[in-house]
Amino acid sequence: MLKQYFIELLEKDKREDGRKPFEYRDVSVETGVIARANGSARVKIGNTEVLVGVKLDVGTPFPDGPESGILMVNAELLPLANPNFEFGPPSKDSVELSRVIDRGIRECHAIDLDKLCIKAKEKVWMVFVDIYPINDDGNLLDAGALGAIAALKTTVLPKYDEKEEKVIHKELTKTKLPLVHSPVMTTFGKIGNNKFADSTMREEKAIETRLSIVTTEDGNVSAMQKGGAGMFTADDVIELIEKSAELGKKLRKLVPSK
Amino acid sequence: MGGVGGPEKLIVNGKRLDGRKLNEMREMEIKVGVIPNADGSAMVTLGETKVICAVYGPKEVLPRRNLDSEKAFLNCVYGMASFSTSERNRPGPSRRSTEISKVIADALAPAIFMEKYAGLEITVIMEIINANAGTRTAAINAASVALADAGIEMRDLVCSVASGKADGQLMLDLFEPEDNFGEVDMPLAILPNTKQITLLQMDGMLTKAEAKKLIEMSMKACEQIYELQKKALKEKYGSEKESE
Repeated sequence: MLKQYFIELLEKDKREDGRKPFEYRDVSVETGVIARANGSARVKIGNTEVLVGVKLDVGTPFPDGPESGILMVNAELLPLANPNFEFGPPSKDSVELSRVIDRGIRECHAIDLDKLCIKAKEKVWMVFVDIYPINDDGNLLDAGALGAIAALKTTVLPKYDEKEEKVIHKELTKTKLPLVHSPVMTTFGKIGNNKFADSTMREEKAIETRLSIVTTEDGNVSAMQKGGAGMFTADDVIELIEKSAELGKKLRKLVPSK
Repeated sequence: MGGVGGPEKLIVNGKRLDGRKLNEMREMEIKVGVIPNADGSAMVTLGETKVICAVYGPKEVLPRRNLDSEKAFLNCVYGMASFSTSERNRPGPSRRSTEISKVIADALAPAIFMEKYAGLEITVIMEIINANAGTRTAAINAASVALADAGIEMRDLVCSVASGKADGQLMLDLFEPEDNFGEVDMPLAILPNTKQITLLQMDGMLTKAEAKKLIEMSMKACEQIYELQKKALKEKYGSEKESE
């Protein structure tokens, strides 16, 4: 029923909230919203609201990257944001959400992790990005990814006491996290043969499938993920890559530079 | 991708480290009906990668909270045996396997007449016995044949391959060194008769033109895989009238 309704609207190039198929809702990005975090952002896409906080710590590097810092992305889908979320171990959706956002940052080497080495094989900076949806009205993927990049952009390192070999969390330095790219994720839904950007919660209930595409400043693709039990053609994918680069450019401009 | 300690080059004299050409797939072997207890089963070997898959169902949904009165509950579980990787893999679900199980279910569901099994469960268990890259795609190839073996009504089989980029070159069916030290990995699955994409993941860095070429390259390979899947099913069920 809902699906048929959306198909009829989309075939007339319309959405129920008056948007065009490839138009985002109002997007706002604020940074520096959490005093205790090393970097933070609040992203709103329509009624969807996501808080992202970055915390830094020092730990042992992985054996396959003895001189590289560590990036960890996690999403906490609390029932606060959506009554269908459940307490307890992370659901498949939350694992997918955090892993897709993680790869969007990691695979284009957005953070220069090699600059986060303190002592090879022993001590490196660990960057924890935690995504907390506050209100879920669809498209948590794009909101979370945009929030993560905005928060990382504002992240400063805490002081590291070399003698004691520990972090002094309360003392912040002026050193910023070495961020070299701003990847932006855009997620598209498909109902029938109709494709569109930035689904609301009601649209997410009706879509057959979605495709998330991450693009960098130069319009290249750095990550993709199809979700949902539906299908895309090769032409769909190429078309959406173009749309993603275009929309990504606009979204990237909303990220404050500090 | 891009770890340390990899080989200096992944392409030497135009050939890959295992001697393959850029658009050459590893040898694939498919066996149907390898687990007598299962309603359907299959084993797929792709070079050194080996996966065994069992399908149970349609059956009662347990626990009941997973019940969907409009369509089947497709319960896909991808796992890696502890001895399947160079360093021992701790058995049990991980974040990686949870995500892979989800994308595999999303890749298989479009092939199944899900509404015919409303209120029932179809369980697909895929265990990687030996891993040398391409495990999720091998698992999809095995699962789709095992579902057919179980007599689940399907629109089509699902064919899957991972291609990518290493040493600046696009290539088909990555094996471990290319997966670990190459630039791009892109697993893809299609329904071979309609060419609809049911699995697509990508990480690395590609231009739009490269993405297009890589999709085409993988789709072509999926046609080969489709022939192997049909052949394997015919081996078990005897060749009936050839449609070609």
